[in-house]
Amino acid sequence: MQYIQQAAFLILAAYSIWLFRSNILQIKKNIFLGREEDLSDQSSLRWRNVVLLALGQKKMFRNPTVAIMHFIIYAGFIIINIEVLEIILDGITGWHRIFLTPLGSLYSLLINFFELLAVGVIGVCIIFFARRNILKLKRFMSKDLDGWPRSDANYILIAEIILMSLFLIMNASDRALQIQGNEHYHETGNFIVSGIIAPLFKNFSSAQLIAIERSCWWLHIVGIFAFLNYLPYSKHLHIMLAFPNAYYSRLEASGKMHNMQNVQNEVKYMMQPELAPTGDAQPMKFGAKDVMDLSWKSLLDAYSCTECGRCSTACPANQTGKLLSPRKIMMDTRDRLQEVGENIKKNGEFKDDGKTLLNDYISVEELRACTTCNACVQECPVSINPLDIILELRRSLIMEDSNAPQEWNAMFGNIENNFAPWKLSPDDRDKWTEDLKN
Amino acid sequence: MHVPTMAEFLASGEQPDILFWVGCAGSFDQRAQKITKAFVTILNKVGIKYAILGKEEMCTGDPARRSGNEFMFQMMAYQNIQILNGYNIKKIVTACPHCFNVLKNEYPELGGNYEVIHHATFLQQLIDEGKVRMTDTGGFKGKKITYHDSCYLGRANDIYEAPRKVLEAMDVALVEMKRCRSNGLCCGAGGAQMFKEEEKGDTRINIERSDEALSTGAKVIAAACPFCNTMLTDGVKNREKENEVEVLDIAELVALSLGN
Repeated sequence: MQYIQQAAFLILAAYSIWLFRSNILQIKKNIFLGREEDLSDQSSLRWRNVVLLALGQKKMFRNPTVAIMHFIIYAGFIIINIEVLEIILDGITGWHRIFLTPLGSLYSLLINFFELLAVGVIGVCIIFFARRNILKLKRFMSKDLDGWPRSDANYILIAEIILMSLFLIMNASDRALQIQGNEHYHETGNFIVSGIIAPLFKNFSSAQLIAIERSCWWLHIVGIFAFLNYLPYSKHLHIMLAFPNAYYSRLEASGKMHNMQNVQNEVKYMMQPELAPTGDAQPMKFGAKDVMDLSWKSLLDAYSCTECGRCSTACPANQTGKLLSPRKIMMDTRDRLQEVGENIKKNGEFKDDGKTLLNDYISVEELRACTTCNACVQECPVSINPLDIILELRRSLIMEDSNAPQEWNAMFGNIENNFAPWKLSPDDRDKWTEDLKN
Repeated sequence: MHVPTMAEFLASGEQPDILFWVGCAGSFDQRAQKITKAFVTILNKVGIKYAILGKEEMCTGDPARRSGNEFMFQMMAYQNIQILNGYNIKKIVTACPHCFNVLKNEYPELGGNYEVIHHATFLQQLIDEGKVRMTDTGGFKGKKITYHDSCYLGRANDIYEAPRKVLEAMDVALVEMKRCRSNGLCCGAGGAQMFKEEEKGDTRINIERSDEALSTGAKVIAAACPFCNTMLTDGVKNREKENEVEVLDIAELVALSLGN
């Protein structure tokens, strides 16, 4: 019986890790469908961002109460994984509580700490669930989240509550078995939380308790493996990608737009024809129409988004009822990238499906509402830049499709002819100085 | 008062300490011209050796670039950089955060390298150095004033304190809006929105923002951007408060406080 359990565990662990790995490799492949952009400079500053923004969650602390609650879940998630390590080793070796003897008194200190964290995680998950479903916070009610995204968020919270409860019940039934004197269950003493639950099991038979303990153990570890493989399909992927995304976040002033070297050269050759290379000019593409035209960093951004909606709450266009929602820009980019990735997987290379990110996912009206104010960029706790995507799509609209509102066309004409966005004579540019003459 | 141009300096074989980049709004917009005039009044009073490009100045290309027209941006950048480099400009001060951002962050990789300072920072420096002494000729001492952060000064370039320090030097009663500094709400003009009708929505961004400014009870809404100024002035007029609440640039506030 014992060997069957061990074998079953090994097969399950190997399969779920293999599955997870292949999903992550697919995501990596999708991200590198994007345009090249070198973001490898200034590594010390980049590591600093990883520590402050990803590990320290600095931006979350713009709202301290939520930040602390989020930190409890996050710390619980990371730290309780040490316990998962023990579970995995127990699973492979058929041992029970393999760390108990080597760690000595430190062991119960650790488990007590994990149990407190588990209670914290359950508490915060309940509060977060209530914020989404009972208090109905505005940013969670937005139609951006209709359908799968809203369920996704709830599934994660429910899964965390269940996983943490299983952990506590497992320890409690374990303790009850110890009290009954079952030899396989080594004496650990009462842990801080499960010790309170254990007396509830005192009338259970040994067989019942073993069934409960084993079920909790299996459900807990199966749950964790399932959760691991749920990540690649979920907004929850941010727990991993927040780290590389912080590392590769832009370091220059956020007001600076990416230069288009090809256009810069074109203008230079126009002004100084002697510099122009001979031979036929290469066809050029301007801005982004689809995900492959975006920088790979924008695609990493898309997978890192946890759909919290802080960007859209801060967006002046969104706040005043315009169609634009930076969160939707990120979600659309991920959805389209997923679709393109599957297309390539199926056909060996990208087969035109008659769709593009621009128009089929993100509309002109959304793009036109952006004031480039950088509020979305400032807000994002995981260093996502929705503005980059908006501006690249705008470039495509103007330069590829000549799609501009009438007023902008007039503005372009004025800049070209009068060197100012208004229809006023360049000779009058310094007219204001005349008023100062007396 | 005579406003010297770079061409005049060149003719006399001299070089000014700073180039004052006026910008299109500061040059052509009637409301923004007052800000320009206030700023040169300060420069003149302090005795700074400055010049403008005059008719040789052109749009930096900011609205073209942000609307998506990179060609036009590159054309303007090329021409401006030719002129600026031709005059061997080292230091530029501008009263427009949009010009500031482009000159400071976007021209260097195109071959235009200058020390670029926004007038909020420049005014703060003049005050710190004791070159500008504030008096209460403007009557701003103890007056309730709120400051609206320009996106291209604040989030885009991390300048939040300089304009506030200028206001503090006047001893005003600074009241902050709930959305201020890095949480500041845009006036609605950036990203070339100034030059087109807003998209369909529940309200206009400038109304949302000026209502927030009005709700502080401030008698003056201070700004440091000609576009913010226009947007907020329109918003105040929309609530028919223009007789009670003024929208003023920090340069205007300083110019009014210089004494007689």
